[in-house]
Order: sequence, then structure tokens, then C-alpha cells
Amino acid sequence: MARAVSRQRSLLTGILAWTLGLLIFFPILWIVILSFKSEGDAIATPFAMLAAPWTTEAFATVQERSDYLKHFWNSVVVSLGSTLIGLLIAIPAAWAMAFVPGRRTKDLLMWMLSTKMMPAAGVLVPMYLIFRDLGLLDTLVGLTGVLTLINLPIIVWMLYTYFKEIPGEILEAARMDGADLRREILYILAPMAVPGIASTLLLNVILAWNEAFWSLRLTASDAAPLTAFIASYSSPEGLFYAKLSAASVMAIAPILILGWFSQKQLVRGLTFGAVK
Amino acid sequence: MATQHSRAAARLMVTPAVAVLLVWMIVPLSMTLWFSFQQYNLLYPDRTGFAGWDNYYYFVTDFRFGAAIRNTLVLVLGVLAITTIGGTALALLMDQPFWGQGIVRLLVLAPFFVMPTVSALVWQNMFMDPVNGVFAHIARAFGAEGYDFLGRAPLFSIILIVAWQWLPFATLILLTALQSLDREQIEAAEMDGASALSRLRYIILPHMTRAITVVILIQTIFLLSVYAEILVTTNGGPGTASTNLPFLVYLASIVDNDVGMGAAGGVIAIILANIVAIFLMRAVGKNLEA
Repeated sequence: MARAVSRQRSLLTGILAWTLGLLIFFPILWIVILSFKSEGDAIATPFAMLAAPWTTEAFATVQERSDYLKHFWNSVVVSLGSTLIGLLIAIPAAWAMAFVPGRRTKDLLMWMLSTKMMPAAGVLVPMYLIFRDLGLLDTLVGLTGVLTLINLPIIVWMLYTYFKEIPGEILEAARMDGADLRREILYILAPMAVPGIASTLLLNVILAWNEAFWSLRLTASDAAPLTAFIASYSSPEGLFYAKLSAASVMAIAPILILGWFSQKQLVRGLTFGAVK
Repeated sequence: MATQHSRAAARLMVTPAVAVLLVWMIVPLSMTLWFSFQQYNLLYPDRTGFAGWDNYYYFVTDFRFGAAIRNTLVLVLGVLAITTIGGTALALLMDQPFWGQGIVRLLVLAPFFVMPTVSALVWQNMFMDPVNGVFAHIARAFGAEGYDFLGRAPLFSIILIVAWQWLPFATLILLTALQSLDREQIEAAEMDGASALSRLRYIILPHMTRAITVVILIQTIFLLSVYAEILVTTNGGPGTASTNLPFLVYLASIVDNDVGMGAAGGVIAIILANIVAIFLMRAVGKNLEA
């Protein structure tokens, strides 16, 4: 009896959850469908559109017409570049704070977090002028640098919470067994730290890929990543549904897949370890 | 255990991170402050010098300022209401066992990974367009007319778009918090005859308070600087109907070329964000001691 009730309840929960899930996902599903239709069919009524033949012509048009690959490449360079430089700076810092904590470590971490609270609009004016005067406007170097800075606190924090979980006793045991510092790092710490570093990398690539304030303001065409490139589709080009959809699908697909793989780490990274 | 030697090494390892963040914090911030007290308009290069509080005065008395503050508040509160209430409900639902839980989780999570410019353009053109949008098609199926969402209810439409992006974030974090709840506690309450409602009221929600606080604070930080969604959809209009504070700073400094006034607006934006930040830091800081 109780079993039957709970099975029925589980079925109801399932139907409700699936309905809501599909509703939330619907816009993404919709542009995937639109991207495989011809421009004429894409603006037909929904049922006529769904019945229309499938084609990849929109992808081809986006490709040849607008240097899509260049902007895609810019996104890759900027998001990977800023994350790798960030890791390079953050790994030693997080390492030291996790394994050799001092009296000031906590204050230091909080201060780093506080730099993340500065609204971009607050420093738009000086950043714009600095970039203009140094000739950094619309360059990959400039944008990569800014994204490194704005994500550095998150990188340090995430790494810190991961490193913190590596038990210190293991190190002592290794030392007892006569391991020197080099071996300690190479054979014991590094393998335990790699998963944390990997998920930090993943989350930061996602954040940098989707960053849309500085990339819109500090780039124009040469260094424009996908966030800025897509913005050029705002009207009247937005009315070309198939092309807009194809460009959008290509822009979000890689990061959506990465994001799905990193959902667990996402929580930790985005809440600065406050929710695990 | 830490020796003198390892302390020195640790300090050396922390230095680069501290140094770049220090520069990043001090240089632009002090420049913003400096410019906010200077006459500096790119259109009038000969007018320079100390401006006193003029820039602040002009920014605050600008006809767009009142609207910008109001819109910022409505936008932040509107999105927060939708995402925290919706996120809590969704998390409670998805915490129940059902078939395909993992897949539904991925579906719900997906919008978070869509870049702001894409989601804004897709909603604007494919859904909210009064002629060809999905909503217009649905309205016509019921014999009604398509509604010009972004033209007639611009702020509301932007709230919907931004809420769609942030609902996954709230849901995911609240779900994670929910899953760390001690199952035995719930079962014990159930055995003692506590109703589903009182279990929610006295056990589940108190357990989630901290996660909800964190969700609200972190979202507020991001929502205070919503920009791209406005730029590609309404450009702040019609009139000032969807201009928020970051957008007004952009209008003043980049579009109107008034660097001084833009900087004054920037300072105001920083003060606002820091009020929220203090509360967030407190919530996060508590976790450090645990």
C-alpha cells in the first residue's frame, strides 16, 4: 500500500519535474531546431517550421560571412589564457595559504574576495582611458589581462578550499618515510591537487567565456570574442532567425557541454566554498 | 610545525597574487575617484580642473538618475524574487526521487551556461517579438494579438530574461544544500507525525537559510551590474524605461563623453555594491572558521 502510494507520487513528481525542466530548457532546444532550418522556414509558424526540411546552410552562411572562426578563436584564447595565467599566480598563493596558514591568512582571503565586489561600471572610466592610452583597446592581450584580474579571486578561493581538504597527516607520514620536499610535492601532493585544479580551470573557462561587460566595452572587431560578436546580431540582423540561431548554438555548445561536466564544482566555485 | 623557512617561502608564494590584486584594486579605484572630482569631458578638452562635487551633483540631478536607481532596484528585486522562490520550489521538487533525475538536472542547469548576449537576443527575437515570436504565435492561437514585450514592458521583459539565466544557479545551489540535509532527521519527524508542511517549515527551510542567504547575496552582486542584456535588447529605452545604474554610467562616460560625470556615477555604483558586499563577506567569512 505504502509502496503503491510512493510509486504514484514518484510518477507525479517525475511528470512535474520533466515538464518544468523541458520548459526551462525550451529556448535552447528551440534555437537548436531553428539553426537547422532555412531562413525562410525559420520565420514560418512554429508547426510549419518544424515540418520544414532540415539543412545546415545557416551554419555555412555564418561561417563564411562573418569570420566566425576568428571570434571563436578569440574566445578560446581569452578564456583559456586568462584562466591559465590566473592559475599560475593563484596556485602558489592558495598552496601557501592552505598549508602554511598564518595569522593573517583569513583576512587576506577575505580581502581578495572583496576585490571581486567592485562593480565593473565603477571602474569603466579609468579602464577605458588606460586601455586607450596604452593602445590596448581591441587587443587580446588587454582583454585577457582584465579577465585574469576579475577571476583571480575566484581561482584563489576555489583552489584554497580544495587544497584545504588535503590532509596534512599524509605529508607527515611521507616525511617519516624519508620523502624529501621534491618527492613530497611530486608524488603525494600533486596527484591529490590535480582534480581541484582541473575543476577550477573548468569553471573559470566558463566564466571567462561568458563574460560580457569588459568584452563588449574593450573590444570592437579584431579582438572581439563571441559574446561581443553575437551582440552585433542585435537588430536588424536578429530577424534572421536561422543565422542568429546557428551563431548562438556554435557559441554556447562547447561551454554548455563543459558546464554539464562541471556542475558539482560549480556550486563550490560560485559560492566561494560557502555551499558544498 | 611551520618553520621560519617555510613561512618565508609561503610569503613569497602569496606575493604575486596579492601584488596584482592590490594594483587592480588601487589604480582604477583611485582614478575613478580622481576623475569624479575633475572637469573632464572629451567633447570640451579645454575645460579642465577641479570640479568639486559638481559631477556628483550633475549625475544625481540628471533626469535619468531617478529612473536608473528605481530600475536597478526593480530589476534586482524582481529577479531575486523569481529565482529564490522558483529555485527553492524547483530544488524541493528535484530532491524527490523520480525517473531521469540526472537529465532533468542538466536541463534546468543549461541556461546558466548561455552567454548573456545570446540569451538576450534569443529571447528578444525568437520569443518576445510581437510578430514572429513564439509568444506571439501562442497568443494568436488563442485569438489574441502579439504583445510587444520589449517595447511596452521593457524592464519586465529584461527581468524575465535575466531570471531565466539565474534560476539555474539558485536551483543548483539550493539543491546541493538540500542534499546535505540529514535524512534521518526528516524520517524521525515523519514518524513522530509531523506533517509535510511542518517538516518544511521547521526542518527543511531552517537548514536552507544559509544557502538562500548566499544565493541572494551573490546574485545581488551580479544583478547590480546587469549590462549586456540591456545593451543588446532595449539600449536602455524606450526613454529611460530600462536604464539601470551601470547602463547610465556607460551612457554618461562613453556615449556622452563626460568622463567626470561617469566617474561620479561609478563611485555611486561602488558604494551601492559595497553595502551588499559587507553582508556577503560576513556570510562567507563564517564558513572560514568552521
